[in-house]
This record gives sequence, C-alpha cells and structure tokens, in this order.
Amino acid sequence: MSEHILLRHRDIANIDQLDVYLKHGGFEAFKKAVTTMQPADLINEVKSSGLRGRGGAGFPTGVKWSFLPTNLWPHYVVCNADESEPGTFKDREIMESNPFQFLEGLMIASFAVQANLSYVYLRGEFWQIAEMLDGKIAELEKAGLLGENILGTSYTLRLHTHLGAGAYICGEETALLESLEGKLGQPRLRPPFPAVYGLFGKPTVINNVETLTNLPPIVEKGAAWYKTLGTEKSPGVKIFSLSGCVNKPGNYELPLGATFRELIYTHGGGLAEGRTVKGIMPAGASSSIIKVTQDSLLDTRMDYEAVAAIGSQLGSASVIVLDDTVNMAWLVSKTVNFFKHESCGKCTPCREGTFWMNRLASRIAAGKAAPQDVDLLDDVAKQIAGKCLCALGEFSVMAVTTGISQFRADFDQFTAQPAQSPAEKPEPVSA
Amino acid sequence: MNQLLRNYPEEVQRILAKYPADRKRSAIMPLLYLAQRKENYVARQALNDIAEICEVSSTDVASIVGFYTLYYDQPAGRYRMQVCTDMPCALRGAEKFLHELCERVGIKEGETTPDGLFTIEAVKCLAACHRAPMFQVQGDGGIAFHENQTVEIALAWMDEVRARVKAEKEAAA
Repeated sequence: MSEHILLRHRDIANIDQLDVYLKHGGFEAFKKAVTTMQPADLINEVKSSGLRGRGGAGFPTGVKWSFLPTNLWPHYVVCNADESEPGTFKDREIMESNPFQFLEGLMIASFAVQANLSYVYLRGEFWQIAEMLDGKIAELEKAGLLGENILGTSYTLRLHTHLGAGAYICGEETALLESLEGKLGQPRLRPPFPAVYGLFGKPTVINNVETLTNLPPIVEKGAAWYKTLGTEKSPGVKIFSLSGCVNKPGNYELPLGATFRELIYTHGGGLAEGRTVKGIMPAGASSSIIKVTQDSLLDTRMDYEAVAAIGSQLGSASVIVLDDTVNMAWLVSKTVNFFKHESCGKCTPCREGTFWMNRLASRIAAGKAAPQDVDLLDDVAKQIAGKCLCALGEFSVMAVTTGISQFRADFDQFTAQPAQSPAEKPEPVSA
Repeated sequence: MNQLLRNYPEEVQRILAKYPADRKRSAIMPLLYLAQRKENYVARQALNDIAEICEVSSTDVASIVGFYTLYYDQPAGRYRMQVCTDMPCALRGAEKFLHELCERVGIKEGETTPDGLFTIEAVKCLAACHRAPMFQVQGDGGIAFHENQTVEIALAWMDEVRARVKAEKEAAA
C-alpha cells in the first residue's frame, strides 16, 4: 500500500513523538468527537463504517459499544493488548511505533461510551511498551488532552496501563477482566456479558489494539470513506502478521480481501527456493489448517467470509506459512503443547483434554506411538470440541482435527515404524 | 513492618492510585512486579506485605504467583533468558538455537550458570515470530527482548553482562 492507515510510522518518521503526531493531524479526530459529536452519533458513525473487531472474533465494533446500558454507571473501556497467540505480533508494532494513534483511538472509544477511566491491559512481556505508554499518557495529560474538562468540555478521562504476567488465557476478555481485578485469569460464565457486567461489575467495552487504532481515521474521514477500503462485509484495512516458512516475515497492512498469494509472494518474498506451500494457518496456532491442494487456493481472499468458506478462520490474521518440509504431526505436537501449557484449568474438557492431547501428540511426534494412537488423539479432540467454557479449549483442537483429517500420512509416518531411540527419530523439520 | 511499603512508598501509592479506592485487589499484580524487582523472585514476606496493602489474604496473593508464569517463588539466575520455542519460532530454528546455546554455555535447559547470573529456559509465544530465534531477558525489574539471534550474538551479550557485573562488584569493593 502506498500510504499506511495504521502503520503510519512506516511513512512518517518519528510519529511516536507528540509534536510530530500533532503536525500530521493527530488528535483532530478526538477533538472533533469530543467538541462536536454526541456519543450516540459517534457510535452510529463507527457502526456505519462496518469496522469489525481485529482481535480475532470480527464482531462489529459500533454494535458492541451500543450494548452498554445507559442506566448503569460508571462505564469502562479496557483495551486488550494481551497479544499472545503464536503467530501474532501486530499490536506490538502499533503500540511501539505509532502509540499516539492507538491512544487516540482508545480515547475516542472511551468518549463514545462515556467512560471516565480506561485501561490498557498488556501482556507482562510488553513491559517496555507499558513503560513507554505511561510516558505518552503523562504527555497527553500535560497537553490537556487527558484529565479533567478536556478541551473545555465537561468530559473527564484518565488512562492507565496494567501488565499481565504471562498467561495466554488473559486474551479472553472475561479472563482479562478477572486478571485486571487481581484474580486468576480464568474466564467467567456468560451471561452476563461484559457489556452489562464487566470490569468491577460495571458495563465495559473491551477492544483490541488494532481495532482502536482504526478509529481516528474513521472519525476524521468518515464511515463512507472507510467503506471504500476492503470488501463489502469486511471493510477496511488489516494488519497481516506473516510468519513461518517465508523469506520476509513481518507485518503487512493490506485491505481486507487481499489474497494469500499477494501477502506471501508480493510482500513476503515467497518461500525458500524449491519449496512449495503445503498448508496455511491464517489465524495463528488456533486455526484450522488450510491444506493447499492446488495453487488456486492461494488466490483466496483474506476476509472473514472467504477464509471461512474454505474451512478455516481469518481470526487475528496471523498467517503462518507451512512449506513441504513441515511434518504436520510435529506441528500438532507443538500447538497442542502450547494450549496444554496455557489452559487455565477452570473447565474439565480443556484442562484434561489438552493434557491428554499433549501426551498423545508428543508420543506420536517422538516416534513412540502405535497407529491407533492417532485415532485416539482425533477422538479426544472431538470430545473436547464444543464443550469448553471459552474459546481457548475450542482453539486447541483445530489443528489436531484438521491436521489428522488432511495430513494423515504425516502422522502414520511416525507410527508405522517400530519405536526408535530419540537419537534415531526422524527429523520432522528442516529447521 | 511492611517492607514493600517501607522500600517503595511512592511507587506503592502510584500503583494504588490507578484503581478505584475500593478495588485495591487490582494492585496485586503490579505490586508483585515491585516485590520481585531486586531478587527476581517473590520472597515469602512480600506475600504478607501485599496482602496487607490490598486487604486480601496472603493465600490470594500466593495463588496469583502460582498462576502467572512471570512471577517466581524460588530464586534462580539474576537474568532469566527465556527462549520462545513455539511453532512459528521453531520453524525459524528456535529449538536448535536453544539447544546449541545451552551446549555452549554448558548447562541444561532450565538450569542456572554456576556464577548465578543466567538461567536459560524455554517459554511460550512472545509475539516476535518474525524475528526468531529470539529470547526475552527478565531481570533487574524489567523485561527486554533480544530478537534475530544467533548463538554467537547471545553469547556476546552474556559476556557483556558478566563484564558489567564484574565492574560493578569491583567498584563496590
């Protein structure tokens, strides 16, 4: 893209400095919202833009805001900056390099639901980013853009960062709220939903970093402009985090609906010489694996609908490319080990299920399993599916079931041989 | 005597001010980071200190230490070098990197160097899949990312730290 809408630091040097950000139209959208718009108009504008949550679920942002009851106060906005899915690294770049646009988005969302206190919940590993954001927030208070009577109005807003401490589950919004309340990061039973009973039991909006960063340009240029980008049902731009077996992994901001081919070959520099795409995980470790049986699958458009149509999910658009050297039984053992480690232990299907899947998958990948262990793994996965308290458990089986059904030979390759000593075990990946 | 309050009076108040006055429990996690700033683990006394500040039981505080991976109830190296070996990083050679690094340093994964400076361990995703092999260093109260690593680069960094620590000791002596 010639000019970035979200990754503006790639076009404008030092946009992470307040004076530079202001010189390039920074906080004009927030000023417009606070001084000329009613919160309801702002919510409607974001609804009309068609912006959908960029954290993975793709829920319409304006609609989410409109769920907050206006007879229960106070309202809170919590930004989900807990980015921890293997394959995602987009929110980090936004916050590190274009922090003011992100904070402006959070401030616009806060005004829209009339929150006076909002939090950025960052994963603990983003310690340096939190330190930096604290400094930026202090600058905004000094500049009169945060605090009491902002821009001469009666609106008051304060922002704070809050660090998690190494728990993927806290990216699940109700677990995040529990964590922010100083408890174990375990999901809540729903209903009630956070829109009614959220942080400290009050109506709460939880939005992802990238979602919020879309707000300043939407408010400034209007919903109609935003809808000219992307597709009809998935408007706007998206940051695709490209990783795995590609020459130029990284974040690429493209309109929703760009193709896998464009991302992998035009931007990502393609694969190493002689390699072909065997599979794609478009939503990080929690994706259903797309088996690339024919080259034309690479022309699939990356929007929420088109990726679902080929049996996977766009999610947070963390595209992991798997080439023909990757053994899918090895891959499944890695993803399952991740989910087993990150399971919060609250619900039985996920706690026990990921434990047993991990044992089976690692036994298979170590070349020590019997052929029927593959069926057992598949069976355990299918018993977990649909029975978990939150999406983490559901995510844990995606690679397992789609891996076994589409790449059975990769699993059989390990089980067909008699048990080997670890030193002789087949090397699953070239890496 | 509440040692945390005595050692960091202003910081404790700054942390408490982030949350509504009747929601002190929210301060447990930031206070735990404060408690392990110096020693890189949470000493038993700190559980009681935090419990007192947040008006909860020390068991509540201990449960948080147990649940979240970035808090420790046991001392280890002054610097914890945590290598991500999750799938996208593994596709870029992270497992081989960890294995070779341990071999060159002469310890096993999860162990601490004899000088007590470094613990090397494998961890889950750190949101740096495009710059693997990579590791984070937890120590001195903060966390820093080291990306696009080779074993040589990592060893050179460890040498730098050793030299710095030695100079600090000599200056103090």
